[in-house]
Amino acid sequence: MSDGGDIETFGDPTTVPFWAAARQHRLVVQRCNSCGHHQFYPRPHCLSCEAAELEWVSVKGTATVYSMTTTQVQVYPDLPPPYVVALVDLSEGPRLLTNLVGASCRIGDAVRVTWRERKDAPPLPVFERAGGS
Amino acid sequence: MSKSPLSQSPIYIVGVAETPLGKVVDQSELSMVALAAKEALAEAGLGFKDVDGLFVNYMGEEGSVQVGEYLGIQPRYADSSDMGGGSFEAFVHHAMLAVAAGRCELALITYASRQRSRRNRNRAVAADPGTLSGQFEAPYGIHFPIGYYALTAARHMHQYGTKPEHLAEVAVAARRWAQLNPKAWVRDPLTIDDVLASPMISDPLHKLDCCLVTDGGGAVIVTNKARAKDAAKRPVRVLGAGESTQQWHISQMADLTVTPGVVSSREAFGMAGITAKDIDVFEPYDNFSHSVIHYLEDLGFCARGEGGAFVEGGRLGPGGDLPSMTMGGGLSYCHPGALGILLLVEAVRQVRGEAGPRQVEDAEIAVAHGIGGLAFSTSATVVLGRE
Repeated sequence: MSDGGDIETFGDPTTVPFWAAARQHRLVVQRCNSCGHHQFYPRPHCLSCEAAELEWVSVKGTATVYSMTTTQVQVYPDLPPPYVVALVDLSEGPRLLTNLVGASCRIGDAVRVTWRERKDAPPLPVFERAGGS
Repeated sequence: MSKSPLSQSPIYIVGVAETPLGKVVDQSELSMVALAAKEALAEAGLGFKDVDGLFVNYMGEEGSVQVGEYLGIQPRYADSSDMGGGSFEAFVHHAMLAVAAGRCELALITYASRQRSRRNRNRAVAADPGTLSGQFEAPYGIHFPIGYYALTAARHMHQYGTKPEHLAEVAVAARRWAQLNPKAWVRDPLTIDDVLASPMISDPLHKLDCCLVTDGGGAVIVTNKARAKDAAKRPVRVLGAGESTQQWHISQMADLTVTPGVVSSREAFGMAGITAKDIDVFEPYDNFSHSVIHYLEDLGFCARGEGGAFVEGGRLGPGGDLPSMTMGGGLSYCHPGALGILLLVEAVRQVRGEAGPRQVEDAEIAVAHGIGGLAFSTSATVVLGRE
């Protein structure tokens, strides 16, 4: 890790609440208090109605797999392939890039958040198949 | 074709050239640019001293400054905008407006890379946690660019039933064109089964669904009607151009099957007063086989979701209904990291009628469609035609 790699100051000034919640294994996104739109990553304004009244809220942690691919080549030295990179749509709306872990999934499957502990950074949200596993 | 507000100031491409291609061990990126620019200017009947507009990307910090110094050019209009690999189609758009407005008269668009010789391609996005990509993309090990594009291909297949064989059809069409081009990097026969049997890199993308990694580049000269008269070769008119950007982080792409090519082609085709039906030659940014299927839908060659069926039966190959990737494309001819410049070179040669064994008969309208970024982040479309 380069600048900002310290676990206490990880991220950028706008994502501090996200990583603070992640340390407690809570997944949070911004919700607009004007129109109710949820968004991630965070901005100073609502992408839907442009209001500035945004707050961080916990989400249920349930999602649907929107797309996925299994990486067969080495990308980072500490991540041995194969592993699954996916986009999941949270029940509240925002789409996240993530990994799918555990039992194999397909596009359209219901998944739920779980946390990957990291040595030099806060826990990372990843997803696993919901139910039946 | 009189819809264009530029109809009173017609704009032309009067010179094109490739740099040395493939594996280039006896030139630098800057000397490659100089060689291509000199050759393109010679086609225009002009020299370096005539250039007063300079458009470059990926030529180092403040690239137009560095290239200008190297070539001995002091432009009065300069542009190093980064629209990724499709910057060069966007530069035609920018140059057309600048020339029409009289802010420059002779624009040089150029690029060169030695990514193969220098092995300087990254597989990863930077892990810097001070950036959004470093926090929310890099930790998941997404491969750049293949992982990003694989997600778009997987979604297209899920949403529309597009098959691996459809993707392979695109790679096979590119290879059949490459067999007609002595400059193409790979010219061996290729079948759909060969593509499907090649190693899976990031499903659904096999190795042979992915473009080459080669050295290369090119130069394109854009000017007005008065200057076009000096050209040694038949000038090709820029009938329309358009560009758009959409998303950087793939999580922000609303529909992975829809690229900003919807907007860039609407703008370009609107300016030219054409639709997809009018296009004789298509030069798409074939960084991956499935990319072409996305463009076919976005540009209106077929309905949404029907791109896979559209490419069946060699339709994009030699003798097909929609000759595409006619020099062999990024898949089989050359992909120097930013392919857009070479799409323009080939589109111009096809409209001039000088493409030799791969010449498309009666090629009156050619479209170069570039994209760039992490996965379809940008698009820029250029429509070229005979006067």
